[in-house]
Amino acid sequence: MSTHSSRTAGRLMVSPSVIVLFIWMVVPLAITIFFSFRFYRLLSPGRERWVGFDNYAWFLNSPDFWVAILNTLLLVIGVLIITVVFGILIALLIDQPVWGQGILRILVISPFFVMPPVAASIWENLFMHPQNGLLAAASRGLGQEPILYLEAYPMASIIFIVSWEWLPFATLILLTALQSMSSEQLEAAEMDGASAFNRFRFMTLPHLKRAITVVVLIQTIFLLGIFGEIFTTTQGGPGSASTTLPYMIYKQALIAKDVGRAAAGGIIAVILANIVAIGLMRAIGKNIDA
Amino acid sequence: MARAVTTQTKVTYTIAAWAVALLIFFPVLWTILTSFKTEASAVASPPELLGADWTLQNYTDVWARSDYPRFFWNSVWISIGSTLLGLVIAIPAAWSMAFVPGKRTKDLLMWMLSTKMMPAVGVLIPMYLIFQKTGLFDTRIGLILALMLINLPIIIWMLYTYFKEIPGEILEAARMDGASLKNEILYILTPMAVPGIASTLLLNVILAWNEAFWTITLTTINAAPLSAFIASFSAPQGLFYAKLSAASTMAIAPILILGWFSQKQLVRGLTFGAVK
Repeated sequence: MSTHSSRTAGRLMVSPSVIVLFIWMVVPLAITIFFSFRFYRLLSPGRERWVGFDNYAWFLNSPDFWVAILNTLLLVIGVLIITVVFGILIALLIDQPVWGQGILRILVISPFFVMPPVAASIWENLFMHPQNGLLAAASRGLGQEPILYLEAYPMASIIFIVSWEWLPFATLILLTALQSMSSEQLEAAEMDGASAFNRFRFMTLPHLKRAITVVVLIQTIFLLGIFGEIFTTTQGGPGSASTTLPYMIYKQALIAKDVGRAAAGGIIAVILANIVAIGLMRAIGKNIDA
Repeated sequence: MARAVTTQTKVTYTIAAWAVALLIFFPVLWTILTSFKTEASAVASPPELLGADWTLQNYTDVWARSDYPRFFWNSVWISIGSTLLGLVIAIPAAWSMAFVPGKRTKDLLMWMLSTKMMPAVGVLIPMYLIFQKTGLFDTRIGLILALMLINLPIIIWMLYTYFKEIPGEILEAARMDGASLKNEILYILTPMAVPGIASTLLLNVILAWNEAFWTITLTTINAAPLSAFIASFSAPQGLFYAKLSAASTMAIAPILILGWFSQKQLVRGLTFGAVK
């Protein structure tokens, strides 16, 4: 079916996508690299000049940088562990014979459709607010002092909020994968005396491998860029306690108006993301047939 | 399901599953409930439920704030506009990769997905400056372009997995019967492709609606959608809880309802056909 003319037509049809994605990838990246070697502050115009690797040196030597790297890793890994572990448990529960499975799916997936600033704002104000939040009321009801969640435990609170947003996604995908499992095989294993744990360990978990890979891949793409939740709740604070790499670059760019240093930070973020991406793309390449 | 299940087990599982599901859903439910309370009732301690003062005032208040509808319509324009533009570019590409695959098709698809891996902050500065210089900053068309670009790989991937399931033999059979290319596309391919295109559209409207990086950094007032509105509404002092909840409910309700209808396709779409 692929004659010469149809191949040419095929290229013509693909090229607009390739061209816009290529421009989208290369042009901003080239400009960022260019700026990363320049002294360029919007607040001191006319002093632009080449500074070699100074911006990179500043970024890498800034005490905030290592905090930001650690926070970014904590956020990604923390949310991945929470969503995958609880996702499997909840999916297993909903996959049992229960009444109203359709409604259960809808209830569970709902948080995924809540836009990040709204999710963050709901948790910040209606739940974690030390005066009026529901959690503060619960603490008072138990005779305890309300906990200042976002001030005292900013990263843990953000990980919790982001996990709430992504748990539905993980659960729904794992549930869908579970439902494609052959129940005859499981029953046969049960009759042969395999314990519930062994059935899970040797049958269910291997079956879920592909779904787990996909959950990890997709979530990592989105989690590395988490921004709206931090912007809405802690603004990276107190101090830099909840500053992640994206938020640190944002602060450098749009608040400090230091284009050069922010660009260097951007390039560092791109390099780190690529390291993660190469590993993940290998995994997805094996698990998804294109 | 051949397994015999006693009613008692089923009741136990049902109670446990509903408890977990309601716990996960509770923050959304609580927000909706709070949006119908008076401000005094919303911050009452202990929290009021049955004895609360119910009102629709918050919705009329939020809507009457002259700027809310503008944020709302910006969200509508940007999410639908970017998705439609993305589909126009993606449909031919996904089509030809699915029906006339070459040796490099898989590499090309992987490369497209890899552009999603680039952290948005990495290119924030150039985007900011390009948008400033070209006059796209704080315009709907600028955000439509930006969101189209970030979602394009996902749109192409989703369409590709849907198109790949259309059997090529049907086309050949139609050709044998002398169908013209126009008829082939109009009467055979289009009807089979429409469901896939529809769910791609739905999911990408949801993704674009909820996008909260470019919509916040590339707008100030004119083109700012609901994500920016809610972000700026944070930390309300004292008496704005009910209004915040009403604004939040209005920001998420359209997408929540769309989402409920598309949750089956969501799994397939967002896992690029790997989990069905």
